[in-house]
Amino acid sequence: MSLLTCENAALAYDGRVVISGLDFSVEQGDLLCVTGENGAGKSTLIKGLLGLIKPKSGHIYTGDGLMHKEIGYLPQQNKFHHDFPASVEEVVLSGCLNSIGHRPFYKKAEKQRAADNMVRLGISSIAKQCYGQLSGGQQRRVLLARALCATHRLLLLDEPASGLDPIATAELYRIISHLNRNDGITVIMVSHDIPAAVSMAKHMLHLGNGAIFYGTPEEYKATSSGSAFLGGGA
Amino acid sequence: MIQAMTAMFSYSFMVRALIVGVLVSVSAALLGVSLVLKRYSMIGDGLSHVGFGALSIAAVTGMAELAVAIPVVVIAAVLLLRISENAHIKGDGAIALISTGSLALGVMVISTTTGVNTDIMNYLFGSILAMSGPDAALSLVLSAAVLILFLLFYNRMFAVTFDEGFARATGSPAGSYNTLLACLTAVIIVLGMRMMGALLISSLIIFPPLTAMRLCKTFKGTVICSGMLSAVCFIIGMFISFFFSTPTGASVVAVNIAAFAVFSLIAHIKTLK
Ligand SMILES: Nc1ncnc2c1ncn2[C@@H]1O[C@H](COP(=O)(O)OP(=O)(O)OP(=O)(O)O)[C@@H](O)[C@H]1O
Ligand SMILES: [Mg+2]
Repeated sequence: MSLLTCENAALAYDGRVVISGLDFSVEQGDLLCVTGENGAGKSTLIKGLLGLIKPKSGHIYTGDGLMHKEIGYLPQQNKFHHDFPASVEEVVLSGCLNSIGHRPFYKKAEKQRAADNMVRLGISSIAKQCYGQLSGGQQRRVLLARALCATHRLLLLDEPASGLDPIATAELYRIISHLNRNDGITVIMVSHDIPAAVSMAKHMLHLGNGAIFYGTPEEYKATSSGSAFLGGGA
Repeated sequence: MIQAMTAMFSYSFMVRALIVGVLVSVSAALLGVSLVLKRYSMIGDGLSHVGFGALSIAAVTGMAELAVAIPVVVIAAVLLLRISENAHIKGDGAIALISTGSLALGVMVISTTTGVNTDIMNYLFGSILAMSGPDAALSLVLSAAVLILFLLFYNRMFAVTFDEGFARATGSPAGSYNTLLACLTAVIIVLGMRMMGALLISSLIIFPPLTAMRLCKTFKGTVICSGMLSAVCFIIGMFISFFFSTPTGASVVAVNIAAFAVFSLIAHIKTLK
């Protein structure tokens, strides 16, 4: 059974359909990259997969015993008002909320998990700083660390590399591949970095003007939109 | 001074009022941090007006005040929360309708029986004597319960306050936590409004968090600072009210304003350095 299945699903805002005809499934251990131009509905798809938006028609369901408590998520935007009083540490630790069950407080294990993920993303030195007053790229790393804390089986990333410097981006891709290969974490990632996506992904999903492509990276490269995004003509 | 204080505490209702008042102020300030950050402060204001309506009806029909007001306000809280979550149905307007409607209803109900008199004044602006009634023990238990529940749900409250979408996506029942927040707020508003008054109780929810946020940069720091500030302001306000015979609610709010000014000044000086 698949981890996530879309059956002819359509997603809409206030009745206005944004994407329709979603028909694919994600298996345990898969690494799916979602591409498509701005406004194609990638973020909407991620929200649909997370159950934040209910499909207008068709079905999206989880399988294989996947629970929401096992999902990590990185939203596309860092938009929280800039004077929200929250330290980096507090934000990252809140990613562990789905592992504490009915306990009211975090234990050592969760605090250690948060600390480890801060080291992984190179933000330990700013742990005590106010989240809202960091640079865009720093905020991105904090939310990534939070997503990693929440991830137990499935990780959904909405443009994880946006705002990151080249070194952080390379490191991020290394972390994602490692999680996928060594820890068996299933990853669904929205990205505009097609070369990286094609080299990492096991499957590609391209959204655009009603046409949806789903297949392997090799098949994707052969399509017209794939070669256009890869800059094949140049 | 010492003598005056002894005099003050020789009235047992003053001691009770002080204890309940501190518990209510601290709870209000803690809940207030999430309410202000989630932009739900309007709900607090709306609930106090609904509370006024409910108290008036209870007073006129001779039913126990808390037994009527708490359930009514809790239901109103859940309703207002739903309204403000579905922003596209003009949440602001709907909240204002409910709150002014309840206020008008309360005034009508009271004036048909007793005429516009001290009752209305007491409900609108509060009275320290409210704590001398038979409800004092119940108020104590309820406000302590709210405080304990908030502390037990502290980490969950942070998560839904900071990023509700993330909390929901990763398996937290964010809707239930919002409902809990609204219900706890409802209870605290009913408990506090008899002392602070319907028109002033929401200041206990809004002032301490805003003051604390002038200087605190972490959520934990803000919550702790807000709670302590609220307790201190309440106690000072009580003293002022006792010694200068000013209304309790207004005195407490005046102290809160002063604290806000001081914190803002310090924050300003810090940025100059
Ligand atoms: N909250 C919303 N309410 C109504 N419409 C929305 C909302 N969010 C997005 N849309 C619409 O849905 C469409 C798809 O948006 P979406 O954010 O999914 O695009 P995207 O593929 O993620 O784009 P980008 O590459 O810019 O992130 C857009 O036309 C947008 O106008
Ligand atoms: Mg997007």
